[in-house]
Amino acid sequence: MQQLSVKHLLGIKDLTAEDIHLIFETADNFKQVINRPIKKVPSLRDITIANVFFENSTRTRLSFELAEKRLSADVINFSSSSSSVKKGETLLDTVNNILAMKVDMIVMRHSSVGSPHFLAKHVKCKIVNAGDGTHEHPTQALLDAFSIREKLGDVAGKKVCIFGDILHSRVALSNIFALQKLGAQVMVCGPKTLLPTYIQELGVKIELNLRKALEWCDVANVLRIQLERQTIKYFPSLREYSLYYGINKTLLDSLKKEIVIMHPGPINRGVEITSDVADSKHSIILNQVENGVAIRMAVLYLLAGASNN
Amino acid sequence: MQKRLVIDSQLLNITIDRLCQQLIENHNNFEDSVILGLQPRGVFLAERITQKLKKLLKKEINLGYLDVTFYRDDFRKKDTPLIANETKVPFLVEDKKVILVDDVLYTGRSVRAAMDAMIAFGRPKKVELLVLVDRKYSRDLPIQPNYRGIDVNCLESEKVWVELKEQGLENDNIWLITKNKT
Repeated sequence: MQQLSVKHLLGIKDLTAEDIHLIFETADNFKQVINRPIKKVPSLRDITIANVFFENSTRTRLSFELAEKRLSADVINFSSSSSSVKKGETLLDTVNNILAMKVDMIVMRHSSVGSPHFLAKHVKCKIVNAGDGTHEHPTQALLDAFSIREKLGDVAGKKVCIFGDILHSRVALSNIFALQKLGAQVMVCGPKTLLPTYIQELGVKIELNLRKALEWCDVANVLRIQLERQTIKYFPSLREYSLYYGINKTLLDSLKKEIVIMHPGPINRGVEITSDVADSKHSIILNQVENGVAIRMAVLYLLAGASNN
Repeated sequence: MQKRLVIDSQLLNITIDRLCQQLIENHNNFEDSVILGLQPRGVFLAERITQKLKKLLKKEINLGYLDVTFYRDDFRKKDTPLIANETKVPFLVEDKKVILVDDVLYTGRSVRAAMDAMIAFGRPKKVELLVLVDRKYSRDLPIQPNYRGIDVNCLESEKVWVELKEQGLENDNIWLITKNKT
C-alpha cells in the first residue's frame, strides 16, 4: 500500500517525486468531492487540527480551515496577534499548551525559518508547514504544480518561469524544488537585487529580461513584491518595477505563443501584473485557489492516515 | 497455501445471467433504477451486469462508480492510508431505486460506507445490494444482500480471491484460499 515517505510536511525538499504524485492522485479525488452538492467526507472525524498562525494570512488559513472541515476534522484557530505570545510565551510552550488540549495535528505559519522543523523535533504530533519565513511554503508549491498538471496535462518537460521577488519568497523556493522533482525546467526572472546570490546552485536558469523570459516559458508564475519583508530599498520605485517587470496584455499579445499565467496571491494589480492579464483566459489564478483546498485535503488525509506507531 | 476454485468463467456467466433476470423481475424496465458499482472490483461486475441488461431490455441503464475510501470506519486503524479510486456518479440518486454492486460481501463495513457515500448524491427511494459472493456468518453489521451469486461458508482465516478479465487476466476465476497452518 502506498504512503508518504515523511511523517510531517515541513518542506518540498524532503519529499520524493513519488510522494508528490501520490498527493496529486489523492487530490484528484478530493477535487471531485468538493465539486459535489455535499462537499464533505467523514475521513478525519476523530481528529483535531490546530491552525497556528504567527503571521498574517487570509488565503492559506481559509484554505486549510476549509480543507479540514471538508474532511470532518475538528478545527481550532490561533493567531499570534490575540494570544499570550504577546506576553512573552515561547513557541514551544505555546504549542505544548495547545497539544495538552489533545490536538492531533498542527498547521503552522511562522516568520522564522525552520520553526516547523524545530517543532517536529520536540513535539509528538504531526506538523504541516504553512510557510516559514522566506524558506518554504510546501502546500502552495504543490497546488501550483497540480494546477500546471491540470492545465497542461503534465509537469514534466514544461518550462516554468518564476517572476519577481525571489529573494523574499518562500513560494519560489518550494516551487523550484517541486517543479524540478517533477521534471520541469525552471527559470527565475527579476531585478538582480531581488535574486538570491546562490540561486544558480539550485540548477535554475536566470534571466534579467522580462521579455526574453516570457518568450522562453510555457508557464509564468508571477510573485508579489513583498514590501513587508523588505527593510531596505531593492528597486527605486514601484512604478519603475512595474515598467520593467510588470506583465501586461500588450506584452503577452506580442508573444508568438500562449502562456499560462499564475499568481499565488495576493495580487498587487498594476504592479507585477495588470488587471486585464490577471482576469484573462490565460490566467489560472482562481483555479489555483480551488486546487489549494483539494491539495490541502490530500496532504492532511495522507499524513493523518498513517498510524502513529 | 491451498486454492479451491469456487466460480470459473462459465459459471460466472451463468450467475450474471441469473442475477440480471432477478433484477428485471424486481425493477421491470429500470425506469427509476440505477446501478452503483463499488470500487474497485464491484465496478467490473456492475459493468458486466449493465451490458447484459442493456441487451435484454434494449435501453440505456444508468451506471455509476462509487469509491468508499473516504467513508470507511477503519481509516487510521491501518498502518498506511487507504488510497482512493475514482467516484463517477453522473446522475442524482434522488428518488431512484439504487442497486449497489460489489464482488464479495464479508463484514458489511464497505457496504455501510457505500451507503454513506451514496447519500452525498441524494436521497434514494430504495437501496438494494447485489453481491457475487456472500461470505455467510461473517458479518459485523446487520447487512444482507438482496441478490447473491453464490454463498460461501468459510473460516475467518480463509480468503475469497476474485480474478476478473478486466484486471488484465486471461480468465475469470474466484478462489477460496486457505493458508496452511504453520
